[in-house]
Amino acid sequence: MEQVSFGVDPGVVKAVIGPNGAGKTTLFNLVTGFLSPQAGHIVFQGQEIQGRPAHLIARRGIARTFQLVQLFDHMTVLENVMVGRHRLSRSGLLAGALQFPWTRREEKEIRAKAMEALEFVGLADRARQSAAVLPLGLKRMLEIARALASAPTLLLLDEPASGLDAVETERLQDLILELRRQGLTTILVEHDMGLTMEVADTIAVLNYGKLIADGPPRAIQKNPEVIAAYLGTDWQT
Amino acid sequence: MTQPRFFNCWLLFAVVAGAIALCMDHDYYYTLLNFIGIHTLLVVGLNLLLGYAGQISLGHAAFFGLGAYTSGILTATCGVDPWLALVAGLGVSGTAAFLIGIPALKLRGYYLAMATLGFGIIVYIILNEAQGLTGGPSGLSGIPSLSLAGFAFNTPRRLYLLIWITVGIILALSANLVDSRTGRAIRALHDSEAAAESLGVDTFRMKLKIFVWSALYASLAGSLYAHTLNFVAPSSFGFMFSIKLVTMVVLGGMASIWGSLLGAGALTVLPEMLTVFHDFEVVIFGAILMVVMIFLPRGLVRGILDLYEFRRYKREGGTFPV
Repeated sequence: MEQVSFGVDPGVVKAVIGPNGAGKTTLFNLVTGFLSPQAGHIVFQGQEIQGRPAHLIARRGIARTFQLVQLFDHMTVLENVMVGRHRLSRSGLLAGALQFPWTRREEKEIRAKAMEALEFVGLADRARQSAAVLPLGLKRMLEIARALASAPTLLLLDEPASGLDAVETERLQDLILELRRQGLTTILVEHDMGLTMEVADTIAVLNYGKLIADGPPRAIQKNPEVIAAYLGTDWQT
Repeated sequence: MTQPRFFNCWLLFAVVAGAIALCMDHDYYYTLLNFIGIHTLLVVGLNLLLGYAGQISLGHAAFFGLGAYTSGILTATCGVDPWLALVAGLGVSGTAAFLIGIPALKLRGYYLAMATLGFGIIVYIILNEAQGLTGGPSGLSGIPSLSLAGFAFNTPRRLYLLIWITVGIILALSANLVDSRTGRAIRALHDSEAAAESLGVDTFRMKLKIFVWSALYASLAGSLYAHTLNFVAPSSFGFMFSIKLVTMVVLGGMASIWGSLLGAGALTVLPEMLTVFHDFEVVIFGAILMVVMIFLPRGLVRGILDLYEFRRYKREGGTFPV
């Protein structure tokens, strides 16, 4: 990637679009610390975070989902979301083994917050099932619930609608809109233009690792360069 | 893991262990049970690492040996109190695991297996060659028994009490651990390191923690072993024993606390029972392992539960969800 520069204001839903191989997922991996940039800066809440380990970036409050769903398959739906509370809880290995009173208290809180996140995405009744047996649509919801459980300041969604049917996409759209109402800053990589135009405040367009446009949905739809590179001439709202 | 069933398991454990304590009349059986107990400590520790965290160790016998020899040398040669020696053993094994773990746990899969295998072989060679310290291949004798407030654990029956109370405590701690914040983080990194990292889990640190923790179990087992036999020799801590421990984990069931107990039990008792076959002992042992793994690939505990579920489904005329 080169010469990509844009900002995301707090409380805004920013979409990143572009053809396959444009560098959208690479961008996510750079922001979340899964890749280190050779040059350039990534600033989060006034501090440079580029090149820092992924878990440390996560602890600052950047949560993400994955293009290919990455659930903990050997754990229950609830346990998956409970891992989301990791950065906000403290109990270590010894406390876990010995179960001190405060460990139990913390555990109770983790469970309650995880259930809250499950209820938010509508998966509460599946809490005790194995995460592996969920259909893809619900797996994506679970991944979002898990990210939300970590109470992120910034949420990165990597193609959350891919593989979803119309009904599931509709539910996803409602969910993102609800998060926007609640003021959660979100960056979204998505190929589903209907969804993107509906939920995004601004859209950045990448092509071959370069930023070719950045602006509100209406302007992006009319941008000739974007139409040529990605949207195609037959794109209508 | 539902709460009532879990509780039943502990009740069952206490009742069975208690009943055995009252009913057995032959020292041989207590000796066998004591070995099952010691093996259980090793297997549950290795299961935390292998079954839950998904990190293999082919050198676990080394930590068992470090615990046994630290206890043995400090008590028999230096006259240190056995309980203090046990704690020292934990220190030695824990430190060794920490130092080995830092480079080794950066590796994955086969490479981690090779690194831990190498460590196991190095420790085995040291136990053999450092004759002044360890007594070499002929072993180290004169290790005193453990005693508590004048009560010496020096007969199989008394040792049974000590070992199985320890096993009960360790099983409880382990069951607690896998259901805790750290336990979930460890299980999470097994399934997806990327997702675990993305939620703030320092996967390398977690691996190192559970590696050291698992080595502590092995060391505790080693110290108990040394004070049970009052004698240690390097041959008990070789590569083959490490492999046997992995087999016990897999047979009992990966990521299963109770499976560890069953796997250790089955693979400790089976060779004893097979001695009637003389020369064919190993062949039949291998055949039994193959049959079990083919028909119960998820291990004894889960396998038996699966069979039970399967029968129930058949009875109710439903289809079995695989």
